Amino acid sequence: MQLIWLSILTPLLAVVAIVFAPERNARWIALAGTLASLGLLTFIAWQFPEWTTGRYSPSTDAMAWIAGAGLGLTVGFDTVGLLMALLTAFLMPLCIIGSFSSVTIRVKEYYGWFLVLGASIILAFAARDAILFYIGYEFTLVPMTIVIAVYGGTERRIAAIKMFLYTFLGSMFMLAAILYVGWEHRLSTGAWNFDIDALTATSVRLPSSTQYWIFAALMIGFAVKVPLFPLHTWLPLAHDQAPTAGSVILAASMLKLGTYGNYRFALPMAPAGGVELMSVVAILSIIAIIYASLICWVQTDAKKLIAYSSVAHLGLCMLGLFALNPVGAEGAIFYMVNHGLSTGALFLCIGMFYERYHTKDTEVLGGLAKRMPVWACFMVFFTLASVGLPGLNGFVGEFLCVGGTFLAEHDSQSGYPGVLGPWYAIVAALGLIFAAMYLLILLGKIVWGPLREPQRIEGHHDLAAVPIADLNLREVITLAPIAIACLWIGFQPKPMLDAIAPCAERMLVNYPAQVERFMRLEPPAVAAGATAGDKLGAEESR
Amino acid sequence: MNPMMALAELSPKLQLLLPEMVIFVGAVIVAIRGLSRSRSARESLPLLTCITLLASIAVVPLAWSADGSADTGLLLPRLGRFVDPMIAGVAVLLTLLGIGTVDRRIEATFACGRGTFDPQRVIRGEFYAFFLFSVMGAMLLANATDLIWLFLAIELVSLPTYIMVAIGGQGTRPHEASVKYFFLGAMSTAIFLYGFALLYWSTGSLELIAIRDALAAQSATTGISTVATIGLVMAILGLCFKITAVPMHFYAPDVYEGAPTHVAAFLAFIPKAAGFVALVLLLTCVGWSGHSFLDADGVRIAYDGLPTPIAAILWMVAVITMTLGNVGGLLQTSVKRTLAYSSIAHSGYMVIGLVAGSAAGIDAILLYLLAYGVMTTAAFAALSALERKGEELNSFADISGMRVKHPLMAWMLALSQASLVGMPPFIGFVAKVYLFIAAFEAAQFSLVVVAVLNSAVSALYYLRIAIMPLVAPPSARSDEVTVVPSAWPRFAAVVCGTATLVMSVFAGSILSAARESTSQTKAVATAMDAPKHP
Repeated sequence: MQLIWLSILTPLLAVVAIVFAPERNARWIALAGTLASLGLLTFIAWQFPEWTTGRYSPSTDAMAWIAGAGLGLTVGFDTVGLLMALLTAFLMPLCIIGSFSSVTIRVKEYYGWFLVLGASIILAFAARDAILFYIGYEFTLVPMTIVIAVYGGTERRIAAIKMFLYTFLGSMFMLAAILYVGWEHRLSTGAWNFDIDALTATSVRLPSSTQYWIFAALMIGFAVKVPLFPLHTWLPLAHDQAPTAGSVILAASMLKLGTYGNYRFALPMAPAGGVELMSVVAILSIIAIIYASLICWVQTDAKKLIAYSSVAHLGLCMLGLFALNPVGAEGAIFYMVNHGLSTGALFLCIGMFYERYHTKDTEVLGGLAKRMPVWACFMVFFTLASVGLPGLNGFVGEFLCVGGTFLAEHDSQSGYPGVLGPWYAIVAALGLIFAAMYLLILLGKIVWGPLREPQRIEGHHDLAAVPIADLNLREVITLAPIAIACLWIGFQPKPMLDAIAPCAERMLVNYPAQVERFMRLEPPAVAAGATAGDKLGAEESR
Repeated sequence: MNPMMALAELSPKLQLLLPEMVIFVGAVIVAIRGLSRSRSARESLPLLTCITLLASIAVVPLAWSADGSADTGLLLPRLGRFVDPMIAGVAVLLTLLGIGTVDRRIEATFACGRGTFDPQRVIRGEFYAFFLFSVMGAMLLANATDLIWLFLAIELVSLPTYIMVAIGGQGTRPHEASVKYFFLGAMSTAIFLYGFALLYWSTGSLELIAIRDALAAQSATTGISTVATIGLVMAILGLCFKITAVPMHFYAPDVYEGAPTHVAAFLAFIPKAAGFVALVLLLTCVGWSGHSFLDADGVRIAYDGLPTPIAAILWMVAVITMTLGNVGGLLQTSVKRTLAYSSIAHSGYMVIGLVAGSAAGIDAILLYLLAYGVMTTAAFAALSALERKGEELNSFADISGMRVKHPLMAWMLALSQASLVGMPPFIGFVAKVYLFIAAFEAAQFSLVVVAVLNSAVSALYYLRIAIMPLVAPPSARSDEVTVVPSAWPRFAAVVCGTATLVMSVFAGSILSAARESTSQTKAVATAMDAPKHP
């Protein structure tokens, strides 16, 4: 526990150092802080005893904060939380290195806020107390809003404020739901306690109509963050306006807080609600996949294209989660990690050519492979990872998500029946084909083909005499570790999948019974409807 | 003679008033010393005020050192244990805000030799004496045993503030604000005094404990009489003025904007804290359901709960106040007016604690008051630390891009706004969560939902005040902003700004102190230990 807190506090200590250090050293202190945090988390992972059990470690000791209100400072990881925290800690130093040349104003503040952002995300993934999770979850908004509002593009303030208000409104509902479950816990046990597992144990026993509302309120909060289809409109603008490193963390870690919230809160806490809203969320996810893919197809701004592709990919991730069987859930969790890697890397690649050309317009740029062959290699590699080329990291997750959806039919043989099924899977898979199309079209435009460059580039007067340079060593160092990770996970997905499987099963522990109950109530047999309704009433009164 | 022995000889009730006595002595010294010919003596007045307040905090443990066996006739015998240090502590910070502002022009005249010293023209002594008297009134409230005391204490809070608004700054706007504040305040006083009279008529007593017993007897037989209910409602409405709650909130934006910034900060906290303490005492007379008290024979008598009309009125006050405050805050173009609406909205949140009642509700109000005092003082301190051509900052253009020239104040302003909106992990968040917890305890779900939606709305204008100084480019107006000559307002801003973060670390102990102070039995420790040693 102390080690986990140390890994959260190390970046914050680095912030203090940055405040008092001269500006030219800020970047190195930030790098050291993030590396120390990564080192600590790697050490925690090295010693992690619960890789294959799905349990939490450390499991016993609780830390009180406000005893009277049952608020605690307890932290601990399960496999999923640890993987997500590792992903964040892994990307943080790369983002810092990637920002060396792009940040020229208010340098100290930039690195300071970045460290705060990283610490707050890791806190959210490590928290075992619901309010502590909320603190981490919500506080990410502050540094991200400032990073976007200060260092972003031309519409940065609108983008930042829109992001803040959207997420703040959503998470207020989430907070109310958490407090409500806390109150139910208080009623049943006589004491306030916000330990997530204790809340879950209380919540699953509530009547299904109550669970429905709990699920809906939690879902509103997390759906904004994911973002799910009708609530996604803040994301493309935020991504477009954010500085490169901000986009990376936004896509790789912050959006995952939404899916992680579903994994940790919404689904396990309110299984009855989850089952009832399963098809709604699944349909919204599929709309997100298709709709965002179609937008990507006609998108000429490379960064917005990747942002919309994030919406589509996370739609797939949500679909996998809401298949409510181990295959889909495993795939979704696996995909959470890998989407972070490949999309994060794509944002870095786009940031690199944006830094050179000051444009992201695919109509103006083209054939950059001739100018920047090393960059082109990385770009193609990560695009393929994002498309889901077998052998790279994206494939396994996508495949399992679609597979899980396919299996989630009424008379499923897997032991996890559901209301989705082949048709959902087919439409979702269509989205994958779209993804391949728009991403390859993007490659075709900006990587291959005849070289097209803008006539004039701001701050770069004579293009003919001084051509745009390829990636330098620093930029290669930024991208190479992600590429290695993508390859390694692509060829060796088994260890990670094995580690995720027990967590997925724990999340779904209440579902088979709930789905059974729900499907018995499903309408087709009209005559049986009355008796089924009575059964529901009887169950609720119990 | 040993002073401790002398203390022990004081009657227990007088002993409880030690902090107030310290302040009274301090106020008299300050008033007299303000007339001194020596410039340095006049300039030491804020320091003296701070010392007085700190001394009164220091004697608080002494005042409550009695073993609790003595009968002090108090409804909530230990309430002052928390309220007195809270009010005095925030008042220390509020003192720092105004240093160098009062008498600034006249002192400048004296300094450059254009005028000779004239005791009739310096008002610094009066200002700080009134400041201390008002604070003393708020502290006296917690020890009120009867309605007369309650009324006098609350008037002692208000009367000095009318004058402070007028003399705390320069120009004529403060005068206008002061007159407005005075007339509306007088009207509210009349309303709650009338309510008190009706309460007396119905219960036949002025003692709070006797009123409680009479009301309990009424509700046990025929239900609380109509006269008592009307009396309570009028008292609540009158006190709504002090806490800037609907329907008595109208003055707040105008008065906060017109008053000098440091006095506006004072208005935002001291009368509000006094009003809430008075409301807590009044409503404790009626009691919340699930509560009980020990009567003279030690028999535990359960409360019936707030009568429906009063609960309904408080519910409406809470909902309308929150909503009106936050929606009003959205529409403002002046920072001080926005903060005034924010003050209204926060009163709405705190009224939730009154509706929720129970022990948790009162604790939540106390915690929230402290949190609100610190964070709103931080915001006003950051504003009062800066000026533009000798005028106070007020428009959004003034604070736009503040970071460039005054980074520290910009950060403190942003911190205070983050805390006000309820962003974790600031103290505003902790207080709000505990308030919601109290509302859940009383099964007031609808209030939680309304408050949650209101928090989301309030994010719009708090975000604007937080983002403008940090992100927006400097405007022509903000280029002319300079720091005020005194460094103390800046110091206060930094202290309050950091306190919004630091206090949430210690929120656990603050909350247990609040709980301890609201427990109804005097010997808390023994009562809590009792079950362990049967």
